[in-house]
Amino acid sequence: MTFLNLDHISANPLAPEVKDAMIQAIQSDYHNPSSQHQAGEHAAGLLEDARQKTAQLLGARDPKEIVFTSNGTESVNHALKGVAYANKEKGKHIITSNIEHNAIHRSLKRLTSQGFKVTSLPVDEGGRVDPKEVEKAITEETILVSVMHSNNETGTIQPIEEIGKVVKDHHILFHTDAVDSVGLVPLDVQELHADLLSFASNTMYGPSGVGGLYIRQGTRLFPLLDGGTQENSKRAGAENLIGIIGHGKAAELALHNMDSRQKHLAHLKELLLSELPNYIDEYIINTNLDHSLPHLVNVSIKYIEGESVMLMLSEEDIAVATKSACATGSLRASHVLLSLGLSHADAQGTLVISFGQENTEEDVYRFLGALKNIVDTLRAMSPLYKKAYQATTQE
Amino acid sequence: MYNKVVMDHFKNPRNVGEMENPDAVGEVGNPLCGDMMHIYLKVKDDKIDDISFQTFGCGSAIAVSSMLTEMAKGKSLEEAKKLSNQDIADALEGLPKNKMHCSNLGADALHQAIQDYEARRDGVSLKEPEPKRKEIHEHGEGGNCYCPYCNVELDEDSPTFCTACQSDLGEEH
Repeated sequence: MTFLNLDHISANPLAPEVKDAMIQAIQSDYHNPSSQHQAGEHAAGLLEDARQKTAQLLGARDPKEIVFTSNGTESVNHALKGVAYANKEKGKHIITSNIEHNAIHRSLKRLTSQGFKVTSLPVDEGGRVDPKEVEKAITEETILVSVMHSNNETGTIQPIEEIGKVVKDHHILFHTDAVDSVGLVPLDVQELHADLLSFASNTMYGPSGVGGLYIRQGTRLFPLLDGGTQENSKRAGAENLIGIIGHGKAAELALHNMDSRQKHLAHLKELLLSELPNYIDEYIINTNLDHSLPHLVNVSIKYIEGESVMLMLSEEDIAVATKSACATGSLRASHVLLSLGLSHADAQGTLVISFGQENTEEDVYRFLGALKNIVDTLRAMSPLYKKAYQATTQE
Repeated sequence: MYNKVVMDHFKNPRNVGEMENPDAVGEVGNPLCGDMMHIYLKVKDDKIDDISFQTFGCGSAIAVSSMLTEMAKGKSLEEAKKLSNQDIADALEGLPKNKMHCSNLGADALHQAIQDYEARRDGVSLKEPEPKRKEIHEHGEGGNCYCPYCNVELDEDSPTFCTACQSDLGEEH
């Protein structure tokens, strides 16, 4: 059976045009953009071309506002620690949300151990942060607010424009972790009022190992890496030129094909959601369908455990992600799902299905057929299913 | 992630399902990760004549349940009482470190089912079993501390976090 990838939130294949651009670069464009000879200047031109395309995708006014990094995690670390260290004389208070990625969560934990104070806001039942709560949390000491654009587990998109507006009105720096949004949904740093925005190239079918940080001109932050003057002295170290060339192509394609890509993904997602009740019962959709990424569905299937479903699907050559605690190395149930008010048992039965451009309607039906059999098998094995069944027959 | 023996037991679990009129039942849950296991026994001449399980849990928990039933079947109750978590994990030719707590669940459920059988046989009511796993670490002999979930010795430098099973133990040791 052919391999079916429904785990695009974890990894995307390279777009064919990206692959071509990178192969071309491997063969001829290996020079250091900082070198002043012709080959170096040619490399610098390619680097700036990728920066220009990224700036266009994000609505940045000046390409210099884009700094390339090694991935989303580095971007996020740079934004939070860079702002905190550079602005600690002004204050030491940072506001964030309870559903952020570990890159945010653990960077802030590190800062807390260095004397910074963090307010972490809850989400409503729709999985969203209330901009009013952000405003209430702001103090004289607040130097930075960081709320993610879309959540990597639920796919729920946050009201970033409104939050950005509130933060700007108070003249505080605003960062949004848009790693799972940039290239997938249209966004504009001006509309979002973002001073800092993190992204990763693989989300838009570019290579892993390339990420970036938008830094609005005039934003005060320290670099994470000290060394040479690359990236306008904001990120030292020789650039990953081959990867960045691939990323430039990916950004160009993302901007050009945004509408058609979104439509394709949204169609598959709608098909999955409308057909799901014909295959299984007793499940919870954790994605806020009014505000979500076009390609992702987070579903908790009651009475069974997600890792088991994932492993059985994997045996049938179907890849999905799971947010069950057992599968992720950490035994705690997902902090994002618990924030939504899910019970531990329900949170354990969670699958994250994310479509990509290569997926088809047949893929949706193949997945649903396999899922139905697996859910039946595992429920027959589950003491929780038996208990729930007995409770309903006794009523 | 899992070895061939574990995957075989996960994909083709032995002795799965609820038993009609069992002589004894053992039910345990793991408060940390939400796993739950039920073990059903038929006992004849103080031997485990038949055994089956129902489990809500990860691949490892299901494989542990299946292996446990194979190992316990036909054993005398005294022999079965000696079956340890480590025996099950060894028979499965090893589990990932952070899944060792799943094997604890298997032996606990079996031992509880045997207690249930003995209580029914002797006509005494079974006391609420002491929860074996608490949300705290345990002190071992010689002052070392152990993670209660996976029995791994805790690192002095990570006072509340077991690096083996990645659980935050919530209390300094």
